[in-house]
Amino acid sequence: MTTQTKSTVTGKRQKPGMSTRDRVTVALMILVPTSVVAMLVWLPAIATIVLSFFDWDGFGPFTEAKFVGVKWYSDAATIYPAFWPAIQHNVIWLVVLFGIATPIGLLLAVLLDREASHTKFYQTALYLPVVLSMALIGFIWQLMFSRDQGLLNALLGTSIDWYGDPNINLYSALIATSWRHVGYVMLLYLAGLKGVDLALKEAARIDGATEVQTFFHVVFPVMFPINVVVLVITFIDSLRAFDLVWVINRGRNGLELLATEVTRNIVGEAQRIGFGSALATIMLVMSTVFIIIYLRIVMKEDR
Amino acid sequence: MTTAKATATARRPWTKGRIATHVFLAVMTFIWLVPLVYAMLASLRDYQYTAQFGYLSFGGFTLDNYLTAWTDGDFARKFLNSAIITIPAVTLTLFFASMVAFVLARFNWKFNIVMLGAFTAGNLLPPQALLIPVFKMFQSVEVPFWFSESGTLLNSYWGLIFVNVGFQVGFCTFVLSNYMKALPKEIYESAMVDGASIWQQYWKLTLPLCRPSLAALATLEITWIYNEFFWATVLLQNGKMFPITSSLTNLAGAFFTDNNLVAAGAVMIALPTIIIYFALQKHFVSGLTLGATKG
Repeated sequence: MTTQTKSTVTGKRQKPGMSTRDRVTVALMILVPTSVVAMLVWLPAIATIVLSFFDWDGFGPFTEAKFVGVKWYSDAATIYPAFWPAIQHNVIWLVVLFGIATPIGLLLAVLLDREASHTKFYQTALYLPVVLSMALIGFIWQLMFSRDQGLLNALLGTSIDWYGDPNINLYSALIATSWRHVGYVMLLYLAGLKGVDLALKEAARIDGATEVQTFFHVVFPVMFPINVVVLVITFIDSLRAFDLVWVINRGRNGLELLATEVTRNIVGEAQRIGFGSALATIMLVMSTVFIIIYLRIVMKEDR
Repeated sequence: MTTAKATATARRPWTKGRIATHVFLAVMTFIWLVPLVYAMLASLRDYQYTAQFGYLSFGGFTLDNYLTAWTDGDFARKFLNSAIITIPAVTLTLFFASMVAFVLARFNWKFNIVMLGAFTAGNLLPPQALLIPVFKMFQSVEVPFWFSESGTLLNSYWGLIFVNVGFQVGFCTFVLSNYMKALPKEIYESAMVDGASIWQQYWKLTLPLCRPSLAALATLEITWIYNEFFWATVLLQNGKMFPITSSLTNLAGAFFTDNNLVAAGAVMIALPTIIIYFALQKHFVSGLTLGATKG
């Protein structure tokens, strides 16, 4: 290595033959996209954390902002009425997606994979909601949930305000979300199941394992990377759930979520930059945990 | 091979278990299709008729809702806005991502893994967590009026386009770099013997070889950016500039909601993505699974 470095003083170690023009090309190819991502993703993420410790009105120069320590965090936890409901709703969101929608997606994938033929129609239909935006899904389900004009009330003979009643509207929104999430999970597991070595299943069968045993003891563990990806996607999607509740009622009255509260504090009636940033930082910290898990799994082969 | 497999399963006896499986799948599929089919039916019905006889009645079919939604919702303009945002955003995303992926796959530098990690992670951050700095930054960046009518990056198409690019480039870089790493290194050696510059290697050699994954990613990104709601809603406060996905809110009035009209709007907004899905299903599915399973 030392000799190599000596012999190519002028160039990069691995590519002693690169011309100046090539070196400029490579630098630009990396720097232009990186600066876009840095300006719009990484620096804002850092700025969010910094702003959460300051009292800044958002208009004067930032140098005049006052350092307030963890004031906004303690305000959130103690006097902001929507904070704990939002946390609770995000947790319920996660529990329902993880505990109900994800297993349904897995079950459908297993059944479709086992049948193999004549399942094209099922697959296409179950996957269809995934190509729609969450905002649109909110409107499509409004046709089901509307109190006066909805299909659900017409069928049940009730007059429940599914999207409006604060006791149940979170669950109505979750049904609409699950409608999409199930198809997404199903697709990921279908790909995962196709990758499982048939010889493994065959070996388990010869050993006398039932189909269910084979699945839980052989197939499911082999799909470990897919399981992690699905888990992380479920967590992150629960954390950043926004569009659906925003189109329903802008995340009020039983539909408060962390994402809607952050947004309300910047585009709402009053700009509360420090406070909104504190809520945003809480979201950042939670997502970072799962992003690290995700990166460790998907980039394993590279390390 | 597929036919052999198909005949093999077709010959498989219809056991109770298989019948139960098909019944279960059929029931689930039916439930899954109800909201979509219902939206289509509602969109074709006259509001006065359904208001009087209810939705479980039969009759009152009309196409008027589509006309009304199209004109009242200013759909022609909104679809155009979606195109103005989506086309440059997808093009730039794929261009940027393929450049970074090429360099990361072509050279074995120590910082590659950090770069790839940073790009991939960016795609997973909650956008709301970045809203405040991006919003304030866009508000304070003054641009010439020919660039944006508002004079700042806030309320400008280019601001929104770049946010979309910043968010999507990570995922595409990850997928493309995996694909490019699988290409044989020898192709570059012979290209270098021929005196091809780095740019020629990227543009004339690597990109054409990546056509399948570029097609898959383009399909996916067109759908995602067309469907993007959050950034468009908060960064474009001028309703005239909204892309179609953010426009349905206007059609659902504040005091009175004609659900048949909303249904017609929803069907029209869903149509482009559904057409893309049916036309390019293979690309769509492979794009999604590429990201999750490394192909």
